[in-house]
Amino acid sequence: MDADRPLLRARGVTRYYGARVGCRDVGLDLWPGEVLGIVGESGSGKTTLLGCLSGRLEPSAGTVEFTGRDGTVVDVLRMPEPALRKLARTDWGIVHQNPRDGLRLGVSAGANVGERLMALGARHYGRIRATAFDWLGRVEIDRERIDDWPETFSSGMQQRLQIARTLVTEPRLVFMDEPTGGLDVSVQARLLDLLRRLVTDLGLSAVIVTHDLAVTRLLAHRLLVMRGGEVVESGLTDQVLDDPQHPYTQLLVSSVLQP
Amino acid sequence: MLLVEGLHKTFTLHTQGGIQLPVLRGVDLAVYPGECVALTDPSGSGKSTLLRAIYANYRPQRGRILVSHAGGKVDMVEAGPRDLLAVRRLTIGYVSQFLRVIPRVPALDVVIEPLRAFGVARDEALERGRALLARLRIPERLWSLSPVTFSGGEQQRVNLARGFVADFPILLLDEPTASLDVASRALVVELIRDALARRTAIVGAFHDAEVREALATRTVTLHGAGAAA
Repeated sequence: MDADRPLLRARGVTRYYGARVGCRDVGLDLWPGEVLGIVGESGSGKTTLLGCLSGRLEPSAGTVEFTGRDGTVVDVLRMPEPALRKLARTDWGIVHQNPRDGLRLGVSAGANVGERLMALGARHYGRIRATAFDWLGRVEIDRERIDDWPETFSSGMQQRLQIARTLVTEPRLVFMDEPTGGLDVSVQARLLDLLRRLVTDLGLSAVIVTHDLAVTRLLAHRLLVMRGGEVVESGLTDQVLDDPQHPYTQLLVSSVLQP
Repeated sequence: MLLVEGLHKTFTLHTQGGIQLPVLRGVDLAVYPGECVALTDPSGSGKSTLLRAIYANYRPQRGRILVSHAGGKVDMVEAGPRDLLAVRRLTIGYVSQFLRVIPRVPALDVVIEPLRAFGVARDEALERGRALLARLRIPERLWSLSPVTFSGGEQQRVNLARGFVADFPILLLDEPTASLDVASRALVVELIRDALARRTAIVGAFHDAEVREALATRTVTLHGAGAAA
């Protein structure tokens, strides 16, 4: 693939909800292997932006381009629906804040992981089960629980199962919405360690929305700071956290304990 | 290797009534391979600020920081995030006084991370990481534990191992021996001397006069170079 082409390029992405601004005029480039954090308080537009970038929300204006495996550039927002669904199945992964939104609760843990492979055409039951088995181990879920339903799992386990389900098809780009939100601190640390290893080992790119600056310090290469739907500051993660320029970023950074 | 010209850095504290703190006012500095330049100003005079600006951790308002990187020059003041990340991956190592790590990650993995980012295979990286931890006398039983629970001196040595494992052409050292005992300090001095022998260009703030005298090939005062007192 052409190394001089970002994996994801957004320009002027704007989304209104009636007269209210969801996000306004956001531009970004995400390069292969990079993790981009989007931070800001509730209502700052970060989840709206994530929805627009991943083709789940239609923006009022702007463009989002994605570079496919063969180097062709596609216009995410103007793609026909079936092509977009295929892209979401093959090259993308989405990790929802609430694991229940990303899992199928009525089927076993193993089936949750295997299903995504089958959607891509895998048919050999033994191989699908072996891959699911392997992935449960990678996200540190006891493999004996492969036939249990996710409803019997703790929320931290459900989140790890959702990550296994998302990454099993080896997507090139993962969108994550508050992946560590609502988890105990010890579980968070474990998940962060896991995510970081997976990003390094698989070389994937990710866009992570979070309000937790400490999470971005450990996971993201770069940050966008959002307020009132607009990007007020961007830079390398440590630049933004250690030398914030915008008054709002300074307030954000100085309001937390040791990010 | 490294050329700093007319560097200005002022902090504006918006949360405290917009107070302006000018820290660097027109700093010039040139560092050549095999040199160890020691910054010798009193604390609070901008040594850390300069080191952080060179690493592009702080964003200066004016001036240039030219770094020899991948056969060309990169201006750390102007470069975009992608170039900055590449310089940090391949060219500049930075050792601060503090270790920041994900809880649960073993010390050995923390140390070899820059090598892995460099593209060195895991087995070779592990071998080099182990050798360096042994050289810095971190007991082997600690290697598989997270450094979060280590003593200050142990954490600092893990941090040093992380900074020296990848043989960066340029190293920035911010008080690398601050919380070390005499024996460990001697080990670190030896480590830095080896790096100088490999023609590494080093800029450091060493508050310990003995360490400074043992290492510095040249001393520079920012105040003389135009920084705030």
